[in-house]
Amino acid sequence: MGGWARFRRNRLALLGLVLVVVLGLTAVLAPWIAPYDPARQSLVEKRARPGAKYVLGADEFGRDILSRVIYGTRVALLVGVLSALIALAGGLVLGMTAGFAGGWLDATLMRAVEILLAFPYLLLALAIVAALGPGALNTTIAVGIWGIPAVTRIVRGAVLALRETEYVGAARALGAPGRDLLRRHIAPNILPGLIVYATLFMANAILLEAALSFLGLGVQPPTASWGLMVSTGRDVLLVAPHVATVPGLAIMVAVLAFNLVGDGLRDALDPRMRGST
Amino acid sequence: MLTFVVRRLLLAIPVLLGVVFVVMLTIDLLPGDAVTLMLGEHATKDAVAKLREHLGLDKPFAVRYLDYVARVARGDLGRSIQQNRPVAAELADAWPATLELTVAALLIAAAFGIAAGVASAVWPNSLFDALARLGSLFGLSMPIFWTGLVLIVIFSLWLNWLPVGGAGSLSHLVLPAVTLALPSVAMLARMTRSAVLDVLREDYVRTARAKGVGEILVLARHALRNAFIPIVTLLGLQSGQLMGGAVLTETVFAWPGLGRLMVKAIFARDYVLLQGAVLVFALAFVIINLLVDLSYGLLDPRVARQG
Repeated sequence: MGGWARFRRNRLALLGLVLVVVLGLTAVLAPWIAPYDPARQSLVEKRARPGAKYVLGADEFGRDILSRVIYGTRVALLVGVLSALIALAGGLVLGMTAGFAGGWLDATLMRAVEILLAFPYLLLALAIVAALGPGALNTTIAVGIWGIPAVTRIVRGAVLALRETEYVGAARALGAPGRDLLRRHIAPNILPGLIVYATLFMANAILLEAALSFLGLGVQPPTASWGLMVSTGRDVLLVAPHVATVPGLAIMVAVLAFNLVGDGLRDALDPRMRGST
Repeated sequence: MLTFVVRRLLLAIPVLLGVVFVVMLTIDLLPGDAVTLMLGEHATKDAVAKLREHLGLDKPFAVRYLDYVARVARGDLGRSIQQNRPVAAELADAWPATLELTVAALLIAAAFGIAAGVASAVWPNSLFDALARLGSLFGLSMPIFWTGLVLIVIFSLWLNWLPVGGAGSLSHLVLPAVTLALPSVAMLARMTRSAVLDVLREDYVRTARAKGVGEILVLARHALRNAFIPIVTLLGLQSGQLMGGAVLTETVFAWPGLGRLMVKAIFARDYVLLQGAVLVFALAFVIINLLVDLSYGLLDPRVARQG
């Protein structure tokens, strides 16, 4: 049974895929589907409860929360995709280098990876953002760097395992140049694992961006970022709980969507890992 | 056993050196000079130079790194830039609160996560299993700072049962600890389920059942004891998650711990304090994982014999 057939039979994974597609469309179509300008303020309507005019209510500045949640999709997905690319690119280069070079270079790189992985979750990203300063781009970089060590380890492991297989040995013996070896034999074998990792990474990246923005160290106002929206809503939590809680729901849905797709892909593409978390 | 502990502690030293190195290098390499940020854009060149010299930033990176490591080895973590207090004293004030929070969360996570996972594995595909798996999916997807706010709305605002924030009594601890524990409960429930399911498929479980051992004894004596190794490993890894989560939870609940101190340090551009806080977190992580490794010996006689 092919990967797609297996994926399709998993209803939760399909639900996740639908959600991801909806999120993607929302991000692309934001200007057309948002009922209001996300930056439009209306101070007389500040903290308006959800109702006919503002479906999800209005925030501290009377801005429409629904429109801001819709625009927030752009920030979340953009930071997620770009940081995933950074993590994949960095991890591929370092992992391939370590795997193919071996010796002291491999040992040094893997020691460094271990040290980076020893950082408790969030703390490495915090340290990087602390140094870079806040902002959307710096958040993306921090989240991306946070992902590099794990990708490096996956890629190196795959390279080491594949280097020993007969068909790579045969291709080598036949005199295939390194670049060919990489493209024709090694890359296709690493790809499924990386796709799974990248999808699950998206979920974590969205969470991390939201967390950094919530702390005030990520995306800066007035950009509509979900984490930032939760953070501003926190100040009025006791008088207008919807301001903080509604954007948090968006984060949860997005993270859930990517987690579902990632789990489904893992079960479909890599049957050996099925059921292991 | 003792040699094992000593060897592991010695192995932790390069990791900690590396952590300090990475943090200092990150701060050093990336753009955005600490001093300019501290003094503002319009500071005179003279003032900048003076502060740089005062903080030792005029020396090359390698010198500063070795200097810092040498001082840390003597127990001197420097003085915080903002408060001008010894960093060690600031950290000493904050860490008990974080320890209290994370230990409480870890206990909640272990109790509920393992119980739910075992129940899921014993009755796979039952209604409970379905609900538990759905619940853990949500638990893994909820941003922790948001969970905290939702719990505040429900238990403080609507039900008026628990305080909104702060520390001091057990009732202050409940919401932050539960908030921090939830993702770990979810993770542990998932992991425990698959670990116990794997063990229940083993031959020795079938043998035990075949010779008439009761189902509860099969679980307690055979299944759980063997499933505990992956579970304990995950518990150790979760402690790292908990420390990161503590930064967010402490911010949400105004909990006076290391996480909040660290965020404050970042906002105040207090790199000396930040370095100290990261070092404490990393040290705690190393110690916890050492304890995890040691516990293998207790859980698995095979490991104990080798050790």
